Amino acid sequence: MAVIPLLAMVRKDLQLFFSDRRSVIVSFVVPIAIASFFGSIFAGPSNNNEPAKISIAVVDQDSSAISKAILSGAQGDRNLKVATLAEDEARTLVRNGKTSVAVVIPKGFGEAAGSAFFGDGEKPVLGFLYDPSRNVELAMVRGVLTQHVMESVSREMFGGAQGEQQIEKTLPQIQSSTSIPADEKRRLVEMLRSVQKYYRELPADGTARESRRGGITMPYTVKEEAMTAGEQVAYNGYAHSFAGMAIQFLLFAMANIGVEMLLERQRGLWGRLRSAPISKATLLVGKAVSGALISLMILLVSFGFAMVVFKVRIHGSLIGFAGISIACAVMASTFGLVVAALGNSPATARGVTTLAVLMMVMLGGAWVPTFIFPAWLQQFTLVVPVRWAVDGLDAMTWRGIGLSGALVPMVVLFGFAAAFWTIAASRFRWTEG
Amino acid sequence: MLTIHHLRKSFGPLVAVDDVSFAVERGTLVGLLGPNGAGKTTTVSMIAGLVTPEKGDVLVEGARLSGDTDPKKRRIGLVPQDLALYDELSARANLRFFGALYSLSGAALDQAIKKALDLVGLSDRVNDRVSTYSGGMKRRLNLAAGLLHDPDVLLLDEPTVGVDPQSRNAIFDNLETLKGRGKALIYTTHYMEEVERLADRIVVMDHGKVIAEDTLAGLQTRVVGVGGGTATLESVFLMLTGRSLRD
Repeated sequence: MAVIPLLAMVRKDLQLFFSDRRSVIVSFVVPIAIASFFGSIFAGPSNNNEPAKISIAVVDQDSSAISKAILSGAQGDRNLKVATLAEDEARTLVRNGKTSVAVVIPKGFGEAAGSAFFGDGEKPVLGFLYDPSRNVELAMVRGVLTQHVMESVSREMFGGAQGEQQIEKTLPQIQSSTSIPADEKRRLVEMLRSVQKYYRELPADGTARESRRGGITMPYTVKEEAMTAGEQVAYNGYAHSFAGMAIQFLLFAMANIGVEMLLERQRGLWGRLRSAPISKATLLVGKAVSGALISLMILLVSFGFAMVVFKVRIHGSLIGFAGISIACAVMASTFGLVVAALGNSPATARGVTTLAVLMMVMLGGAWVPTFIFPAWLQQFTLVVPVRWAVDGLDAMTWRGIGLSGALVPMVVLFGFAAAFWTIAASRFRWTEG
Repeated sequence: MLTIHHLRKSFGPLVAVDDVSFAVERGTLVGLLGPNGAGKTTTVSMIAGLVTPEKGDVLVEGARLSGDTDPKKRRIGLVPQDLALYDELSARANLRFFGALYSLSGAALDQAIKKALDLVGLSDRVNDRVSTYSGGMKRRLNLAAGLLHDPDVLLLDEPTVGVDPQSRNAIFDNLETLKGRGKALIYTTHYMEEVERLADRIVVMDHGKVIAEDTLAGLQTRVVGVGGGTATLESVFLMLTGRSLRD
């Protein structure tokens, strides 16, 4: 392969890229700006930020000891920000999107819950008014509230005044019940008598009585440990956001180079190039090399910025990081060649590739992590090269996986590059028309 | 110097060039004339190595030209009809690139750039971006780019399209200079007066075939001019190719 023409191709493409101020800004500045924004949102606990609290409204129409205890428990929960409102206000807030969930504790809830807790009384309804665009928050609030309701109801039933009254009321009902099987009735009566005895032996003094209250509590505590590069290494969301955005914009840059190739063909430049004694392969390799160098620069400048400003570190293998960066750059540059090979005209190619790049980065987890996708979609994204690039760079940065974690993504990315090259070399039209 | 030997090329059912043969000697210019779709550009493309002929040969001093990387392609220069230049780059950057395609580098490349720019009169604008050039200047730079590697044969595909009379005249002067240096030139155009002024021999093509080849005077003897005088090349051309409109 002729070296001087090849180097000339590369130098010329770099000159053209850097002579276009718009391309340079879009390729280098925009990804940094967007990645900084996304990184600040998904930065994780490394910034010692409190987790974002879910705003909920509680409508307490019951005002019983149990409903007050539920409200108190919710207000003390680190995951919730609670406002107490009337039902109309709560409905308006949820409808307007100002609050994701409103919990309505209806009148009689405490009494009915106590009855249902021991006996076969009808279960009361806890109302949830929710914003349908925030289903995930509904599920979280439901889980948190379940804990507080169970704790509040059981505590009241095993020591509260309402519980004592409930036992006095429920015991004769069970004794006279004909619907409960005899054996079960006997055991229930024994249990309630034991509870009744417990109540009668409690001190009459309110404060002392309060200190003896029990009830169901969470039978465990949680120790949370973020699995990052090491115990002292906090998750840095900027590592992921800069990987995703850099890949997105280097793909855009390479797609643009593909479109530029179509424009060059339209302007007769490829005719002049091909009149020289150099092979078609040299011409395409020249384009691929210059594209890969530009891609690599975009990636390294983005990560350089993230390292200096946001303290992103390569906790894994430096060689692995370099390998994945190179594989990613080669994959992107051959993607540009495919754009040139399959594009009929610059205008149509630009439109189609914009859509293709956006789909790839979206499915590849460059915007949001792939774990939020449905299971089938997570499997499907394995055929998207961006997924391997993002996963590989994550592995080498905040996950801190060694060189072994880089090998598979590198092989896959080079595989994509080989496939793209084959398509480009076989389908590129060298003359217009 | 250059011999075109029974070239044939078809695109699907359309035979674009059929059994075309002619020759160009050193220090001469052959005007290649023909209506739209006559096969001129396909013929030039085959000579330049852009299109592979189905049959026939292109011979440079008797040696057959074959393949993309044939070193004999260095002996041929192409000045395409399109302004095949990078507007975003300076004239020097453009010429450095096109020269490097022929493996020119270092002092040899600098010397070739200077020589080519001196010929076309653009030495004082060498560092300006091509986008700042006028149409005529771009045409002259387009010519210079085809001359960098000092080819023996120069293919000029309508090199004066869209230029003012001054620039066209300057290009003519350049071509006369090149002829004087012993270059063999093939010149395609629709402008009859250009061929009348420049061509030593004229090849007229239509429907992919060579329908006439002669000197200007030889062609003029085939038609009687108005009032019995000498016929113009245009009247000869219309007599040979007909008056029906072409696509």
